[in-house]
Formats: sequence, structure tokens, C-alpha cells
Amino acid sequence: MDVLLLARLQFAITIIYHFFFVPLTLGLSIVVAIFETIYVTSGNEVYKRMTKFWGKLFLINFAIGVVTGIVQEFQFGMAWSEYSRYVGDIFGAPLAIEALVAFFVESTFLGVWVFGWDKLSKGLHAAVMWLVALSSTVSAMWILIANAFMQHPVGYQINNGRAELTDFSQVIFNRVFTTHFPHVISAGLTTAAFFVLGISAYHLVRKNEPDFFRKSFRIAIVVGLIGTVLVGIMGHLQGQLMLEIQPTKLAAMEAVRHNEDPAGLSLLTIQSRDGKTDIVDIRIPYLLSIMLYNRPSGGVQGMNELQAEYEQKYGPGDYIPSVLLAYLSFRAMVGIGLLLIAVTLLAIYVDVKNLFVKFAWFLKLLPWMIILPYLANTTGWILTETGREPWIVYGLLTMEAGVSKAVTSGMLLTSLIGFILVYGLLVVATLYLMFKFAKAGPEPNEVIQVVEELTPSLVNTVESE
Amino acid sequence: MTLNTVWFIFIGILYTGFFVLEGFDFGVGILLPFLSKNDLQRRTIINTIGPHWDGNEVWLITAGGATFAAFPHWYATFFSGFYLPLFLILIGLIIRGVAFEFRGKDDNPLWRSLWDWCICVGSLLPTILFPIAFSNLVRGIPIDAKMQYVGGFFNLLNPFAILASLAVTLLFILHGASFLSLKTTGEIEQKVKSLVRWLWLLVVLILIIFLITSFIVTDITDRLSVLSIVFPVVAVAAILAAGYFLRKGQFGRVFLMTCLTVAFFVFTIFAFLYPRVIVSSLNPDWSLTIQNAASSPYTLKLMTTVTLIFLPIVMIYQGWTYWIFRKRVSGDPKNLTY
Repeated sequence: MDVLLLARLQFAITIIYHFFFVPLTLGLSIVVAIFETIYVTSGNEVYKRMTKFWGKLFLINFAIGVVTGIVQEFQFGMAWSEYSRYVGDIFGAPLAIEALVAFFVESTFLGVWVFGWDKLSKGLHAAVMWLVALSSTVSAMWILIANAFMQHPVGYQINNGRAELTDFSQVIFNRVFTTHFPHVISAGLTTAAFFVLGISAYHLVRKNEPDFFRKSFRIAIVVGLIGTVLVGIMGHLQGQLMLEIQPTKLAAMEAVRHNEDPAGLSLLTIQSRDGKTDIVDIRIPYLLSIMLYNRPSGGVQGMNELQAEYEQKYGPGDYIPSVLLAYLSFRAMVGIGLLLIAVTLLAIYVDVKNLFVKFAWFLKLLPWMIILPYLANTTGWILTETGREPWIVYGLLTMEAGVSKAVTSGMLLTSLIGFILVYGLLVVATLYLMFKFAKAGPEPNEVIQVVEELTPSLVNTVESE
Repeated sequence: MTLNTVWFIFIGILYTGFFVLEGFDFGVGILLPFLSKNDLQRRTIINTIGPHWDGNEVWLITAGGATFAAFPHWYATFFSGFYLPLFLILIGLIIRGVAFEFRGKDDNPLWRSLWDWCICVGSLLPTILFPIAFSNLVRGIPIDAKMQYVGGFFNLLNPFAILASLAVTLLFILHGASFLSLKTTGEIEQKVKSLVRWLWLLVVLILIIFLITSFIVTDITDRLSVLSIVFPVVAVAAILAAGYFLRKGQFGRVFLMTCLTVAFFVFTIFAFLYPRVIVSSLNPDWSLTIQNAASSPYTLKLMTTVTLIFLPIVMIYQGWTYWIFRKRVSGDPKNLTY
């Protein structure tokens, strides 16, 4: 197999795996910090138990997110060294700043949080959790600034055969970043909200610790409402931006063959195997234009015209990304997103009207829905990244030109198999622990613990009588 | 001093931070299965580095990111040329990081022993492989005119690299043991202290052999500078001083000296390199240097500002965490987190 394909496969597998865990880290760190803050301000012990229970699940998830993140930072140099040479002057800076400004805080203070329950005051301990949560967010911010440059390069100049930084503020305030960042953070909040909702519902159905899980449920619906609505709004803005900066991604996503004005949203489009003709093409008239322009007119460029235009601009090549991936991943992401808004609204209704008994079927469904935000996160990134094909930096550098020269397909195959094996085993261990602790529920609070320790002697007394 | 030199020093400081700090938790990880008789002792040992290992590891992440930002060609050539060793280092760091968090979350002895070995092997892999990488940077590897590594994997496993690997592995084990001597009590403390005593002599010998060899194998004798002599001398002086404090039973100072030894060991590597960052064994003109591997002056300036603000802050709060967790970890299960 060729080096480019293997390098892409390895990057895809390791980054999808990594980002499977990141959104929960982003969202749940904030949720745990909220629980701990309520504990500190109210003094109510149940919030301390909530902090510890959800915190434990957070830590299991965090560990796997961190270690798989290291791989990403190394992988640019290992497998994509020519890309690294070409953009290092710009792309390296946000990565280095991320480590220095955010990752250091996150890792150092998480250790303090885990080990510092008896060593810090209550308030300081909660503040440490906020530091962890905020630095996770800042960390995501810098990574997305770096990614935005790959989607839409700005603030650079081509010098010495590479892209050199000319204006850092343009790189930071890249419009792709400013819409993408809130989208990712709110996706994290959504993921965490459904995680907490699902596990809480599981226990509420079983009448296990109702007070504990009602309180968790209530905070999760608030977080979920903010998350799902914001993720949708930002996604809408991203789509409008795509029209301007990545027309090939948009055309592939909607399978638009020729320039259209007004454009319809594809309800079902099936292409022939060679991709040259449409066998089925059912569209909702005007809807795509409305989504992109907020009015029932406005043009969308088609793949044929774009291909011709790009060939003229960049020379021969295939400039249209995989239509199948873009088309399906967009629909999966948006479909799930809309469903999650509906589920959140129903959950709010159930909670406010206190209909937990009547809506038991809904509570039984919620644990299964934990997976939905994960699927939306993953398909969203598949759209974002594969929709950039064939570019590694849109309009500047192709993936083919970015792959390492010193690396052979044998090396890549070795590491690919190694990562798949190790990651495969780790996901089994992670899921095992997650299910174990999520099902077990919170640990009994300290008063109950004392009683339990006394119980055997009581039993003995009774037996001897 | 040019910004390129400043950045060479920054990268040196970041790697020094990494090797001094993660060096002892690697050492502790390697020793884990061999120092402990039962699960409680293993938990005690893990808890000594529990609050710190993750923060220590970020020094490596930052060093990697900073190399990417300041010397993209160094990052690109180094990371692609050392592909397989770095892959193994990553696997080590992955299984080890997860092991700390997962180990204590199940009582099954098989589960625990699996993660114990992940901690040990995961600590050993980077300990063995990083010196192989760095010694090759100094000695020279086949780099062509286009900054590409053209050697194979086994090119990296030369006797000098293996000697470096052995020296650093023993040094990290000593470093880890002297850290443990400060953080444990009772049986483990006694065991670790006697380990430090006999290991010390071995480390002194191999370190001196390595440093002498490095003067012969590399091109340093053609381009001697004050620092390239002072740094190795201080490294040796520090490890000898460790022996002195060892005799007096002052283990706090022994640990301080192993910290200094590791630090000056890294300084030595960087002094030998300067102003190159990767030496080409094919043609001296093809070596990567702080000039031809660097980012633009604008990026270097930007990164200098950020680093001058944030690196001291990092040092302060990491120092604070060592202060918070300064007490010895007793073997009382109530006080153990992991």
C-alpha cells in the first residue's frame, strides 16, 4: 500500500479515536466544576457526592483523551513532515502555545484536584476544577486555531518555499475559527449533558438515589439546552461561511452537480458508480439557498464548474472531495443535532412537570442516546476534514505533497497496526470501567458508610441472641 | 544573542525540564514491579508520583510543540527520521498514562498486574529510546542535502547510542530511587535507600565512560567551547557529590544532585550540538542548524514573548504542587488516591 494512503488512514483512525473522548472532557469538566461550586456555596453534601461520582467518570475519560492527544502532536512530524516544513512557521505556534498556556495548567492542576481533596480548602479545590475546565477549553481553542489555518489559510505569505506568518492576529481571528470554536465547545456541552442525562435516567428508572440523580438530571438539561441550541446556530453560520471559503466541500456535501440559483436541498441523491450522473435526485426547492443566504435565492457552485475552475487555477487534478462521505456525514450530523434538540426539550418538559413516572419509557431510552452526540461529533469532523480533499491546507498544499519522505509504507503499516491493537484494547478497558462505575452509581455517603461498617457487629449480636 | 540562539536555549530548557522531572517518574515506574512485595506497596509507590507525572509529561509536549514552532525543519526531520523509535515512545507513554488512572479502579489482581507492567514497560520504553535519539542527533545521522533522513532503523542502534541508552536508563533509575527515598516510609524506604547506595557507583562509572566516549565519537574536539567542557564536568561533579551526601545519609541532597546530573547531562548534549540541531554524517554542510532549520524572525519573536511570559508562570505553579504534596506517602490505604 502506498505511503499517502497509510498515513491518511493512520491519521484518520487516531484523530477520530482521540476526538471520541475530547468532547466529553470539554463538557463534563465544566459540569463537574458547576457541581463542586454548588457544593462549596451551598454546603449540601449531595453535591460533593455528585462531584466525586461524575468526577470519577470524567477522569477515566480524561486519561484516554490525554494519551491519545500526544500522538497527534507527534504525528505531524512523524508522518506529515513535509506538511510540517511547509506550515511550521504558522501552524507550530498555536500548538506550542496550547501546550505552554493550556495543557500545562490542565495536567498540573488535574493532579492537584485528584490528590488534593484533603490538602486544599474547599473553595480552592473547586477553583482548581475550574482551572482544569477552562484550560481544557483554551486548549481546544488553540487546536482549532491551528485547524482553521488548514481550512482557510490567512495571515501568511509564501517565502522560501513555505508559508510564513505575517499577521498572527489574522490567524487567531480566522473566521473559520470564530464559528468553529463555539460549535465544538457547545458540542462538548451537549455530549456531557446527554452523558449525565442518560446515566441519571438509568438510575431514576431503578429508583436508585432519586435525589442525587434528579439534581444531576436538572443541571444536565440546562447544559443540554445551551449546548444543543448553540451547536445548531453555530453550525448554521459555518455552513454560510463554507459557501464563501470552501465551495468544493459545499458542492460535495449537497451533491450539487451544476451551478444552481436558487439551490434546493437534497432529500435523496443517488449517483451512478462513476459519479458522473445522478440516478435519483430529489430536492426541496429553494431550501439550500434559504439556509445559505437567509432568502429564497442565491447561487451554489456545482462540482463540474468548480472542478474546471480549480483545474485552471491549480493545474490538473481531482479537486472534488468524496461526495459520499460529505453527503452522508452532513446528514447524520444535522439529523442527530435536530433530534437532540427535541430530546432536550422533552427532557425539560418531563423534569419541570415532574412526569418521571409517566415518561418511564423516555427515561429508559435516554441511556441509549448517550451515543448520539458522539456520532454527531465524529461525522461532523469527517465532513470537516475529508471535505478538504485533496488539500491538506486549502488551496495551498495537497495531502500528497505533505506526507513524509523519510517514512516507508512498512513503517507506517507497523505503527498503524500497533495503534489499532493498543487503541482497541484501551477502548475495551475504558468501556468496561465506564459501564462499571456508571451502573454502580455514587458511593454511599460518609454517614451511610459508618453504618455499614457497624452492620456486621449488629448482625453478629442478633445471631448470637 | 540572536533569537535563533534564544530558541535553541528554550528548547534545551524544555527538554531539561522534561528529563529532570519525568526522569524520576520514569525511574519510579521502571522500579515499580521490582521494589514491591504486595499491592499496598505498589499503590504507595504509584501514589508518590501520582499528582506529578502528568504535569511532568507536558514538558515533552511543549518541547515538541516549541520545536515545531521555532525550528520546523528540526521537528520534521527528527520526527520523521526517528519514526519507529518515536512510535514506540508514544506506545509507552499511552499505556503508562492510562495505567495510572485505570489500575486502582478494579480489584482483580490480574487487572492490577497488567497495568503495573504497563507502567513499568511504558516508563522503560521512552527511557531507553530518547537517549538513542538524542545521541544520534549529536553523533550524526545520514541527512541528505534536502534535510531528509536517508538511513534505516538499525542505523540508529550504534554502540554509542546503546551506551547512551544504558547510561540514561541507569541514571533515571537512580534518580527515581532517590525521589522514592524522600517520599516513602518503612520497608520501601529502606529498600530504596540500599538500592541507591549500590546503584550510585554503577551510574558514576557508566556516566564517566559515556562522557569520555562522547568526546571521541562526536566532532566536539574540533570545536571545543567553554560550555562544552563545563557542562559535563558539572554533571560528573554533581553525581560525585550525590555519593558524598549518600554517605552522610542526606537523601534530600542526593536527589538534588541527581536532578543536577540529569540537567547538566542534557545541557552537555545541547552544548555539543550548538549551533547545529541535527548533525549530518554525510556532509557537514547538510547539517540542520539553528539558522537553516528555523522559523521566520516574526514567528520567533512572537514565540519568545509568549514563552517569556508563560514559562516562569508554569515553573511557579508546578513548584507549588510539589510543595503541596511534599509529605511522604505512608502505606495507610486511607490516604492513597490511586
